[in-house]
Amino acid sequence: MELTGKERIWQEYQKEIAGDNYFYARSCIRQTFFPGSEWAYLDILRNKLDKRVTEDPKHTTCTGIGYHTDVVPAETTMTVVARHFALMTEAGCENITPSCITSFGLYTEILDTWEHHPEIEEKIREFLWKATKREFKKPANLAHTSDIIYKFRNEIAALAPHRLRDVHTGRPLRGVDHIGCHYAKMFPAKGIGGAEFPAVLSGLIQAWGGESVDYPERRHCCGFGFRNYLVMANRGFSVANSKKKFESMQAYEPDFIVANCPGCAMFLDKWQYTLSEMEGVTYGQHGFGIPVFTYEELTALVLGYDPWEIGLQMHQVAVEPFLDKIGIAYDPEAKYLNSRGESMGRPACPTYMKVIK
Amino acid sequence: MSTLLERLKKNIHFEEGMNSCMNCGVCTAICPAAEFYDYDPRRLVDAVQRENEESIRELLRSEQIWYCGECMSCKTRCPRGNTPGLVVMALRQLSQEEGCFTESEKGRQQYALKRVIAHNILERGYCITPDLVKPEMHPEQGPVWEWVYAHMDELYERMHANLKQAGPGVLRQIDDDSMQELHRIFEVTGGMEYMERIEQCSVKKAEELGTTPEEYFISVYTENNGRHGN
Repeated sequence: MELTGKERIWQEYQKEIAGDNYFYARSCIRQTFFPGSEWAYLDILRNKLDKRVTEDPKHTTCTGIGYHTDVVPAETTMTVVARHFALMTEAGCENITPSCITSFGLYTEILDTWEHHPEIEEKIREFLWKATKREFKKPANLAHTSDIIYKFRNEIAALAPHRLRDVHTGRPLRGVDHIGCHYAKMFPAKGIGGAEFPAVLSGLIQAWGGESVDYPERRHCCGFGFRNYLVMANRGFSVANSKKKFESMQAYEPDFIVANCPGCAMFLDKWQYTLSEMEGVTYGQHGFGIPVFTYEELTALVLGYDPWEIGLQMHQVAVEPFLDKIGIAYDPEAKYLNSRGESMGRPACPTYMKVIK
Repeated sequence: MSTLLERLKKNIHFEEGMNSCMNCGVCTAICPAAEFYDYDPRRLVDAVQRENEESIRELLRSEQIWYCGECMSCKTRCPRGNTPGLVVMALRQLSQEEGCFTESEKGRQQYALKRVIAHNILERGYCITPDLVKPEMHPEQGPVWEWVYAHMDELYERMHANLKQAGPGVLRQIDDDSMQELHRIFEVTGGMEYMERIEQCSVKKAEELGTTPEEYFISVYTENNGRHGN
């Protein structure tokens, strides 16, 4: 069928995403702040969608944070990533799916650089051989893990016991998407919807019955800015950028925020606490913050996973008001228990931002 | 001896990021750093484009090249296909190779980043791990993170992680062979030498200031002279 009009134009904003056989590259930040998300993603892919996902414990950091704080030079980073491609090749895979947006951006940038400069690719191959005696094939398909969820959003909707609707009123829940800068701002053709019409997360919200909120600062950076957060003296930059986003989205009364970058998800969660302590402000309803989810957490919630099994107790902003709206049953007492059912105590309460005690 | 400009032009980031700038200022309009810092990527790119050796050296010693957060929003918007963020990366590399970075407050922070991030990469195989996010250094993380930190082993176990253990999974211990491969990659590609240069220049600066490297680390990590905002 020949596409015409807007359908044809939209086709230009799509990307090819492999349908199965993925090599999974873990994320330093996601493992640190959202360990349950990586577990949930693999469980969903393998056990709900029946996909083959391979990982290799020999996989290390891509060095992306070192690269973007300018302490690791480009040739070093490229060779570390070449080693990842070698592990993928050795595993018999050709579709690589990084969990981290920084890694995704870096892999994309490196493949683009090698396309423009085959002599650099050759040099990196020599470096890798000299250092590790490994060789690699370039991936046939590179997709961020949120792309994979997007590809199967309708299959997930068909399996999901929950919809993104207020079970008390039937109102579609309003979701703010936050796309990590390095997903599509550097190479728009590599992201669904490009940099202008980000659809990789709003597509999930809509497919699962919610309403996607478009607001003025939707495309603004969360404020991580690498050195601008990692050095304590610079954190004003980071919190100021997040504040700009919160103030812009607040008028639309979002029920939740969802992010595909693990750093963005962490900042948008934690900076709400910081801003409440600094200025006494909260951006959500009734004195709570706006709950922030990784796309894996949102997927797992609609699929009926236990909130405490996927790590929502690690969030600073209370998630219970959202769970109550969507109609997900949870055991409040289980929130702070370890694997043996023993209490791990409870976090202290913030000064201003409400939490469920 | 190559000029600074010649060395910049050999840098892949400069080659990919610098075409011809018409000074429209769209990069500055979209830049999150320009919004909160006294920073203007348009002026920075213009200064480089003029190919004045002294101006480039001045940039290498300045605060200006250290404000960018490398979000690369500028790449999306530039109508001429420039990427000021990549030009900044090339300037930062040259500043560190030349030892100029210790002449600015923001540049001196490279010592803290090298000590924290590079150390973690080479010791753990990760850029960041939970134990690195110490609550006293990260008060903005809030009381839930304090609780996570205090109950790290049992909480990550609950999250199905494999914290510091052999085998696959979240936050597993990277095996010795892989760590050796990582180290050899840093050695053969010049990564070790690059980081050593940051270390040496920083230790020298600490001596000039009459402080120990440890005191210097704390000061560059925490101090802000309050003169960076716009």
